[in-house]
Amino acid sequence: MERSNREYTIGRVEDFMLQIGRVIHAGDVELAIFRTSDGAVYAVRNHSPHPKGGPLAEGIVSGYYLYDPLHDWKIDLRTGEVQAPDRGQAEVYPVTVEGGVVKVTLPAAVTNLN
Amino acid sequence: MAAEREKLVLIGNGMAGVGTIEQILKLGGAYDITVFGSEPHPNYNRIMLSYVLEGSKTIEDIILNDLGWYEDNHITLHTGTTVTRIDEQNKLILTDNGLAVPYDKAIIATGSNSFILPVPGSTKDGVVGFRDIADCDAMLAAAKQYRTAAVIGGGLLGLEAAKGLVNLGMDVTVVHLLEDLMERQLDRTASSMLQAELTRQGVKFAMGKQTVELTGEERVTGLRFSDGSELPAEFVVMAVGIKPNVQLAKDSGITVNRGIVVDDYMQTSMADVYSVGECTEHRGTCYGLVAPLFEQGMVLAKHLSGSQTPGYEGSVVATKLKISGVDVFSAGEFTETPEHTVISAKDEWKRTYKKILLKDNVIVGAVLFGDVTESANLQKLVKNSTEMTNEIYDEVMGTSCCGGGGAKKGMSVEAMADEEIVCGCNGVTKKAIVDAVTENGFTTVDEIKACTGATRSCGGCKPVVEQILQFVLGDSFQQSAKQGICSCTPLSRDEIVAEITAKGLRTTKEVMHVLDWKQAEGCSKCRPAVNYYLGMIYPDTHEDEKESRFVNERMSANIQKDGTYTVIPRMYGGVTTPEDLKRIADVSLKYDVKVVKVTGGQRLDLIGVKKEDVPKVWEELDMPSGYGYAKSLRTVKTCVGSQFCRFGTQDSMGMGAMLERKYERLDMPAKFKMAVNGCPRNCAESCTKDIGIVGNDGGWEVFIGGNGGIKPRIADAFCKVKTDEELVEVCSAVIQYYRETGNYLERTSEWVERMGLEHIQTVVMGNDDNRKELAARIDFALAQVRDPWRKMLDDKNTRTALFEETQV
Repeated sequence: MERSNREYTIGRVEDFMLQIGRVIHAGDVELAIFRTSDGAVYAVRNHSPHPKGGPLAEGIVSGYYLYDPLHDWKIDLRTGEVQAPDRGQAEVYPVTVEGGVVKVTLPAAVTNLN
Repeated sequence: MAAEREKLVLIGNGMAGVGTIEQILKLGGAYDITVFGSEPHPNYNRIMLSYVLEGSKTIEDIILNDLGWYEDNHITLHTGTTVTRIDEQNKLILTDNGLAVPYDKAIIATGSNSFILPVPGSTKDGVVGFRDIADCDAMLAAAKQYRTAAVIGGGLLGLEAAKGLVNLGMDVTVVHLLEDLMERQLDRTASSMLQAELTRQGVKFAMGKQTVELTGEERVTGLRFSDGSELPAEFVVMAVGIKPNVQLAKDSGITVNRGIVVDDYMQTSMADVYSVGECTEHRGTCYGLVAPLFEQGMVLAKHLSGSQTPGYEGSVVATKLKISGVDVFSAGEFTETPEHTVISAKDEWKRTYKKILLKDNVIVGAVLFGDVTESANLQKLVKNSTEMTNEIYDEVMGTSCCGGGGAKKGMSVEAMADEEIVCGCNGVTKKAIVDAVTENGFTTVDEIKACTGATRSCGGCKPVVEQILQFVLGDSFQQSAKQGICSCTPLSRDEIVAEITAKGLRTTKEVMHVLDWKQAEGCSKCRPAVNYYLGMIYPDTHEDEKESRFVNERMSANIQKDGTYTVIPRMYGGVTTPEDLKRIADVSLKYDVKVVKVTGGQRLDLIGVKKEDVPKVWEELDMPSGYGYAKSLRTVKTCVGSQFCRFGTQDSMGMGAMLERKYERLDMPAKFKMAVNGCPRNCAESCTKDIGIVGNDGGWEVFIGGNGGIKPRIADAFCKVKTDEELVEVCSAVIQYYRETGNYLERTSEWVERMGLEHIQTVVMGNDDNRKELAARIDFALAQVRDPWRKMLDDKNTRTALFEETQV
C-alpha cells in the first residue's frame, strides 16, 4: 500500500487565472486551485465543509479568502479554516511553484481515498 | 489523582437546559454531564422555526450546538431517548429504552408541548401544532400538496405560522376566539393595526370564532364554529398555546401545579433535582418566551457551580413578532385602567403607534407598532420600574433634539448588570459584549456578531448591542457605527456611486483602494455590487470583472446543489419552433440532461448538465442564452394575443418578443421579469411582474413593481399609452431609472416602495425630455451588450479556465 505523500504536477502558473478557481483531478481527489491577486497559488479539496457540501471552485476570491459559491461561507485559503460566525475546515494541501510549474502534495491518506 | 467528578444529568436537550449547561461550563463547574433529548436532533433554536418555515433559514442554520460541541465538552448525549422516571431512592434516571443512569444532581428542562384543543376531529390527519422541527416539516410538506389552511390561534405563534404558510403559497385563514389579535400582549389599537398590516400581506382572518369541531373523514376538510358557520381547510395548525411538559415530574412524585414548582434557585420539591424553562412554575408564573429561560438558567448555573448569586425573582416579558415587515413590541402592562397615566402617539399615515403606561409616574408597560427602535430601552425602563422624567419622555417619544439622545441612551446600558442577557436567542450577556469590544478592539455590530453570536438570530437585540458599543467606545463610536453596503465599507450605495462619478474611478480595485475599503479586495457582497455600479455608470468602457461575479453569472448558467448546471435557451416571448424544439431534444439526449422542465416564465430548463459539457451544450444548441441566472431581463411572458385568441385586442406575442430582444443581456440591479397581455383577461399574469403590460382596445396599460417571489407584491398601475412607440419609451425610461437608482439586489417591488410610485411617475411621465433622455441612455448601454456564449465560445482561454477539468 502507498504510504508516502505524493506530489502531482498540475500545470503552469499562467494556466490559473487570477481570482478564478479551477478544478483539477489529482489521482482520486478533486481539487479546486486558486491564484490570489498577489500571484500565490492555493489548493483546496473541491468540497465545501458546509454540512450540505457542494463545490468550492466557483467561489469569489478576495485577498486570501474564498466565499463558498453555494453557501457564502468565508474560508481562509491558507489554512482552510472557516471564518466566524460559521465553523469548519476545508481540506487544504501544500503547493509549490518552481520555474512556473505548480505542484501539489497530497498526503498518503488522501491519495488512498477512493 | 483528582477525585471523581459529580454526575450532572440534564433531561431535555432544548434551549433552556443546554443554555444552563453552557453557563456551567463557562463558570468552570466540575461535573460529568449527561444529556437526554427526545427529539433526534442536537440542540436547536426553537424560536427560529418561524424563519425555517418562512424559508429564510434551514434546520442546519438554527442548530445551536452541533454534535461536535457535545464531544468537545465531554458531554454524553442521548438523542431520541425519553426519560420516564427519576428514582430518588437509588438516585437513578430511568429511560424508555432501559437505561438507568446515576446522578448526583439533575435538571429537568422538558419544555412544553403544543396545546391541542380538545374538540372532535383534532386527531385527524392534517392537524398539527407548531412547536418542533417535525411540525415545521409537516407544514412545509402540506404547502406542497394542499392549498387552503386554517391556523387556530391569533397569538404570536399562530400569526408567525400563518405568515409562513402564506409565504409558502397557501390560502391561510387565522381563526381567533376573540376580536383582537395577540390580546395578551397588545391593546386594541395596536391589535387592529396589526390585523390591517397582515391582511395587506395576504393573511385572512375569522375573528370571534370558536372552533367546535374539525370535519372530514380520515383527513381534515374544514372547521365548524359555535355559530354553525364553517370554514373549509385542507390543513390545520393549532397554535392556541403551550402547556408545560410535566409528565416526568409527576410520575417521579415531584410537586406540580400548572408547571413544575420551583423556588428562587430553581429547586424542585425533590432533593438535588432542579428545573428550568417552560416546564417550570416560579412564583405562580409559567413562562413561554425565551428571555426568562436564560435568566433562570443563569441563576441555576451559578448555584450549581458554587458561585454566590441572588435568587431568580421572575422576568419582565417582552414580545416581538418575527414577521418581516411587521414590527410589534410590548412589555409589561398594556391595558389601560383608571389608575394608569397614558402617553400615546398614533400616526395613521406612517402606520406607527406608541403607548407608554405609567402608574404613580413609574413606567409599567409599553406597546409599539410600526417603529420599534425604542423597544430595548423601554423594556429596560419597565423592568427597572423607572420613574418618568422629562429626559426619558423626550428620549422615548422622540421629541428630544438630536444632540442629547445619544448620551442618555448610553446611560441606560451603563446601568445594566453585567450578567443581564442582551441577546435572548443566543444567551449573550452584556459582559460578553463589553469584553468583545474591549479585548478585541471591535467597533461594529458585525464584529460582535461574529465573535459572540449576539444579533445573529432574530436581530431584535441589535439596538441594545449598538448602545453598548456606543457606551464602551464613547466618542469613537460615531465614526465606526455607520453601516455601509457591507462590513467592508461605511459608505452607502449612493455615496459609492457619487464617489465613482466624482473621482472617475474605473475598477472595483480602484474603488476599494481609493475609498479605503477595510478588506482590500472586498467580499462576496460588495464586489458584485461595485462591478454592477461601474458597468451602469460606464456602459461603454467598463470591462466586466468575471472574478467579481457570483458563480451563476460568471458561468452564464445556473449552478445546482450537486455542482451540475441548468441551461435555459432564449425563447423570445415564450415562442419556439418545432426545429428549435428538435434541437433542444437532441442536445438534451446527447448530454444526458436529467430533467427538462418548463419554467415559470415559459422557457425550457435543461437541468443537470455537467460543468465541462456546458460550453458544448451551448455550442450545439446554437441559441442565445436565456439568462435564467442573471440580474437582468429573465423573460417576457406572453399570452396568445390577437394573432390567434378570439379575445385578443393586441399582438402580445409580437410585442413580448420585441421587448425581450430589445432589453436582453443588459445588467440590472436584480433579476427582472416582464409580461405582455393581449387583453384585460391578463392570462400572462402582469400583476406579479417588474413591468406588466396589458393591451386593450386602443392602447396599452403599464404596471410596475410586481413580484411573485418570497415577498409577493401586486404591481401598481403606472400609466396608459396609446402607441407601441410610447410603450417602448416608457419601458425604457422605467428600466433605466431603476438601473440608475436601484440598490444592487433590490427588486423593483422594493425599489418602488422606497422611491415612491408618484416620484417615479413624475420622473418618467412628468417630463417628455427626461423620459427621452433616460430612453437614450438605455439605448446607448444596450448597444454595448454581447451574447456571453458567443464570447465564451470564441475565447478559448476563459472557456478552458472556467469549465474544463484536468486530470493529472
